[in-house]
Amino acid sequence: MVIDNKNDIALSTLAEEIKKPGTLNGAERPSANALEHEAIYIIREVAAQFEKPVLLFSGGKDSITLVRLAQKAFWPAKIPFPLMHIDTGHNFPETIEFRDKLVEELGVELIVRNVQDSIDEGKVVEETGKYASRNMLQTTTLLDAIEEFKFDACIGGARRDEEKARAKERIFSVRDDFGQWDEKNQRPELFDMLNGEIEIGQNVRVFPISNWTELDVWSYIQKESIEIPSIYFAHKRNTFLRDGLIWSAEDDVVFRADDEQVEERMVRFRTVGDMSCTAAVESHADTIDKVVSEIRDSRISERGARIDDKRSEAAMEKRKQQGYF
Amino acid sequence: MEVLKIATAGSVDDGKSTLIGRLLYDTKSMTDDKLEAIERTSKQKGYDYLDFSLATDGLVAEREQGITIDVAHIYFSTPSKSYIIADTPGHVEYTRNMVTGASTSQASIILIDARKGVIEQTHRHFFINNLLRVKDVIVAINKMDLVDFSEETYNNIKADFEELMKKRDYQDQNITFIPVSALKGDNVVNPSENTPWYKGQTLLEHLEELDQKDIYNTGTPRFPVQYVIRPKTDDFHDFRGFAGKVYGGELNVGDEVVVLPSMTRSKIKDIYFYNEQYRTAPRRSSVTITLEDEVNVSRGDMLVKADDLPTIDKQLTATISWMDSDNFTPGGKYLLQHGVNKVLAKVDAIEHKIHPDYSGIEENVASLKMNDIAKVHLRLNKPIFYDRFKDHRTNGSFIIIDSRTNTTAGVGFIE
Repeated sequence: MVIDNKNDIALSTLAEEIKKPGTLNGAERPSANALEHEAIYIIREVAAQFEKPVLLFSGGKDSITLVRLAQKAFWPAKIPFPLMHIDTGHNFPETIEFRDKLVEELGVELIVRNVQDSIDEGKVVEETGKYASRNMLQTTTLLDAIEEFKFDACIGGARRDEEKARAKERIFSVRDDFGQWDEKNQRPELFDMLNGEIEIGQNVRVFPISNWTELDVWSYIQKESIEIPSIYFAHKRNTFLRDGLIWSAEDDVVFRADDEQVEERMVRFRTVGDMSCTAAVESHADTIDKVVSEIRDSRISERGARIDDKRSEAAMEKRKQQGYF
Repeated sequence: MEVLKIATAGSVDDGKSTLIGRLLYDTKSMTDDKLEAIERTSKQKGYDYLDFSLATDGLVAEREQGITIDVAHIYFSTPSKSYIIADTPGHVEYTRNMVTGASTSQASIILIDARKGVIEQTHRHFFINNLLRVKDVIVAINKMDLVDFSEETYNNIKADFEELMKKRDYQDQNITFIPVSALKGDNVVNPSENTPWYKGQTLLEHLEELDQKDIYNTGTPRFPVQYVIRPKTDDFHDFRGFAGKVYGGELNVGDEVVVLPSMTRSKIKDIYFYNEQYRTAPRRSSVTITLEDEVNVSRGDMLVKADDLPTIDKQLTATISWMDSDNFTPGGKYLLQHGVNKVLAKVDAIEHKIHPDYSGIEENVASLKMNDIAKVHLRLNKPIFYDRFKDHRTNGSFIIIDSRTNTTAGVGFIE
């Protein structure tokens, strides 16, 4: 049998053709983005294999991309699981605004659980000092929420190219009763087959965009014209410098010493995590096209601006073992 | 942009991680902050060169022991292609990781230490790549700097490997030999001045020129149904869409199909991807299909072309690769997952164990332990719809789940 391989999906990432909605009036074949088809397959497996899945939504570009993929996976039906946001209380206001608008448009349920509540209940203790962040504290709130709702699968936007402990992560990653990741004893994943068999109390973290790079995500946002929070684009912001990184000086959440000078800079954020651990980068990329070309030429990795990873060589691995995203 | 998935195989200290680091470095895929971290750590350890393995060995235990334990995925790209490397460890006890890495790869790099030549491990690495029918295999003869870039050494190793190739089962595999020094960068991305006798391509040149036609195994279209979409909204009141991924070949609107196992015939009415309709669902696309007739279809069913049915059977013979610390025994309780379909499986017999170093078979085997490969006969509680692995890489493979622990305990290739 002879098959013209030029048209196979596995061959290309981003489709050249962008077409208008309609019926058979555009291309003969759907987008040839192999990563997109892989992610949709994974999301459908979650809906089919689990009883109570949830999509972990941070308001960042990766989870926004996941939402679009989930829409595609089930259209014309609605996304068959809720979104959940673990709110550190230190989010950029733009992110929260964006989140609420998106959820309304989708007509899906949004669950919010607050790190502040975990602090008030005495389950975690707020960090203090120059590098204080609520990033670590999220883990407790997340694990409590998983238990509260009895979620058996949590879909997350983590990617293997982000960090080297994440490079070892499975697509279906089993967590034990305590939410812990046993990195030395992971299930092998062969061909396309995803094994979602778990025991009661266990849950699975699912990473549909495991194989995407930062550039893949940005190119997808560009091609699909997906809306994202404004802080991803270059804007003027009062900032200060610390350890060679640029920090926002516009919110009390980020600790600033008296000798750290505030200066207005043209910046954007490459990741949108907790404000207290997410630094900005100098940029003039104020449109999606400029952002994509900036990422393409970048010499610094995305997490280079995340102070939480700089705590040690093994920072991410440790957090993951404890149940972090 | 094309995506190419590559698996790597090599023994401890063959320099696999260094080779990957070199590919990242010479293609300028390593960002400045990652490079600085490598420089810092290399210096701390007192090395007088950059230890690129630090870029890929992600777990604490791996950095401590200086070895790779688990499959890591590394990403880099050139202007023409995106590459995903599954970096798999080469220890004897980690065969399972190599099988895993090779299962999703279209190309594979086998590393050989030029000072050691073809060793027992090389036999295993080649055996696994052949068993999994990886289309393109590159034999990188590494550490050429330590044998003075000797053409004779290279030729001897090549000849030994060609001896090994005579034993292979899968003849259609493309095999290419390249003399490299991952540490010094010879013939990895840039051509080497130290090997004037070598007229072939560098490793990256070879990967860049791999023709897609040559690296995918194709077959007939198979569409396992993952999920039934019933929106039950006013606009889509009667919509019943079958969501799944197309394997092997492509499906078109109007194709005569048969639904398995009910054997009901119908025609493809529409093919959706998100909110748009298309004439064709290409191989490996995740689409939603509707049928002309009201047919009862649920998850695990399969749509196939009416003139090209797979085998429908409750019994099968397969080569399995065992991956669990608990032994595979004829009395064990197993689930067999074939695509998205799960059935109960009983072991009728272990016919024989196959030594993955091409040293023959072993009969009268009572059980299989981790990393064993064997030919087995299985009986299922319900029929599955399969092809032979040699005809269909996706529809000819399955995983075995231990129903007591739920872990993925093995993988099978159907005969």
